Amino acid sequence: MNSRKDTKTRAVIVDDEELARQVIRELLAPHPEIEIVGECANGFEAVKIVSETKPDLIFLDIQMPKLDGFEVLELIGTGSAIVFVTAYDSYAIRAFEVHAVDYLLKPFGAERFEAALDRAKERLDSKAPSAAVPATELAASARPPAQYLERIPVRDGAQVFIIPVSKLDFAEAQDDYVALSTEGKKHLKQQPISSLEAALDPSRFLRIHRSYIVNLERVAKVEPYGKDSHVAVLRNGVQLPVSRAGYARLRAFLDR
Amino acid sequence: MHPILSRLSRLALYLLAWIPLAALLSYLMAAVGGMTRREAVSMSLPLCLLYAFVCLSAWYSCRAIPTDRSTIGKLLEVHVAAALVASGLWILCAELLAYLFTGMSVYPGLTARLSRTIPILLGTGVILYLFSVSFYYVLLAVESSQAAEARAMEARVFARDAELRALKAQVNPHFLFNSLNSISALTTSDAAKAREMCVLLGDFLRRTLGLGEKSTIPLEEEMSLIHAFLAVEKIRFGARFRMEENIAEEALAMDVPPLLLQPLVENAFTHGIANLVEGGWIRLDARCQNGALSIVVENTFDPDAPPRRQRNGMGLVNVRQRLEARYGDRASFNAKSEGDRFSVSITLPAEREGRAT
Repeated sequence: MNSRKDTKTRAVIVDDEELARQVIRELLAPHPEIEIVGECANGFEAVKIVSETKPDLIFLDIQMPKLDGFEVLELIGTGSAIVFVTAYDSYAIRAFEVHAVDYLLKPFGAERFEAALDRAKERLDSKAPSAAVPATELAASARPPAQYLERIPVRDGAQVFIIPVSKLDFAEAQDDYVALSTEGKKHLKQQPISSLEAALDPSRFLRIHRSYIVNLERVAKVEPYGKDSHVAVLRNGVQLPVSRAGYARLRAFLDR
Repeated sequence: MHPILSRLSRLALYLLAWIPLAALLSYLMAAVGGMTRREAVSMSLPLCLLYAFVCLSAWYSCRAIPTDRSTIGKLLEVHVAAALVASGLWILCAELLAYLFTGMSVYPGLTARLSRTIPILLGTGVILYLFSVSFYYVLLAVESSQAAEARAMEARVFARDAELRALKAQVNPHFLFNSLNSISALTTSDAAKAREMCVLLGDFLRRTLGLGEKSTIPLEEEMSLIHAFLAVEKIRFGARFRMEENIAEEALAMDVPPLLLQPLVENAFTHGIANLVEGGWIRLDARCQNGALSIVVENTFDPDAPPRRQRNGMGLVNVRQRLEARYGDRASFNAKSEGDRFSVSITLPAEREGRAT
């Protein structure tokens, strides 16, 4: 039960500004029970360090080179307690408040920092996930309104791939994952297909089947298949099943 | 204010215009009524002088019933009735005058000759009155379109001023909060540097606010604002950026709208340098050529950077709109990205203290 108390809490600090990391380092100094196991300045490094060190606690900046804080969160999941750090981001803050995720607004003082630390420790002791919602959902609700997903970050081990949505041919649901098909390759990402569908621009992507979202630009033709079902044939020859409801949606789109 | 009565010179001109009318009337009176030339002139001159003033009154009825708030039928009804009444009164005055001339034996038998010209007087009276009415309506229309134009102009100027004020008052909150955070970090590690940054930030903010009253500043002044901004960013980003300036000597004295270039440099940071792990550069070129001041701000950026979450391109839109509002066709704005380089080129008239060079 008290196994955690015997070992140190392992923390990672992610911020692209050295001075910003320094503040957190200093504020952590009076806490010998917390060990800083890594620091990094961009999203790619963050994913790498987190997958290597598996920290308990992450201080995560939102605006960073390579990947922003939400993309990092999507890739590392909610295995660690996360405290977001940002200077100014009204949409993100609203999302944090709605989903009860802890965040620090720069500049912050020791008192506010301690409060965030206490909350993080509580979370770690109770083994509750950092956020009450999946990472993808938190990221989606923090996206500025009327802004659709422009790119999808995926991870293979410590390696990160960025898929621009314009290069996504189709997505296929596979249990808890979606397989993203791009340029003949497939990348797996832990995300329900419905949440991916909601994040994509509906004028460019269409859910044609319970398990498939297709990039409309890639559809070459729609053919009947069997008695009353259809298949969508993509430009690269791939055939995707189209459900009856999906066919109606596809028809409505093609007729426009 | 009556457009003719309000100024003596206009009234004189107006009365002068009635002289040919009086001549015409006297000719008609002589021809139709069989009056002698002297009789006709003695009648028509006072009558026209009188009717000139009667017609002036049409202005008030025109103003009372504007064309846009009544139907054509209603307008015709009112003004034709007024015209009939006016010429009726006029004829009465003519009768009175002729009666006096006859009674005083100046022109014996004039009343009889006048009675033959009554249809002419009635026709002329109605036509002249209605002509005045349409003249005043044209005048009112011109006046209201001028007023509308003036209002529109005023609104444009007001909007531009408001936008400028807003722009000047607006310091990117990101920049401000991040700078404060850097100061907070420096207070323990390097107190002297923390103080330096406070001073630099204060200097930048003061300059930004101080530019509020000016409509243009020399490029040199804008550059020193940019230097104040860069000094703060230098502490935040350390060795992550390099600034390069190629500014022709004569360009420094040219007028530019305040805070035109600073947002471009700030943009180069938020969309460029801030996303580059290895850092990057910003280059600012300015030179005068063929009466135009041309400025290019170029920077490196990461084409694969995460999409920005706030103020996306607002700085650029503002700069473009301000150039357009102020200079119209005389200015140009062009933003383009090529590979990992982004550049904004602007040209504006090369002016010094408001004068073309």
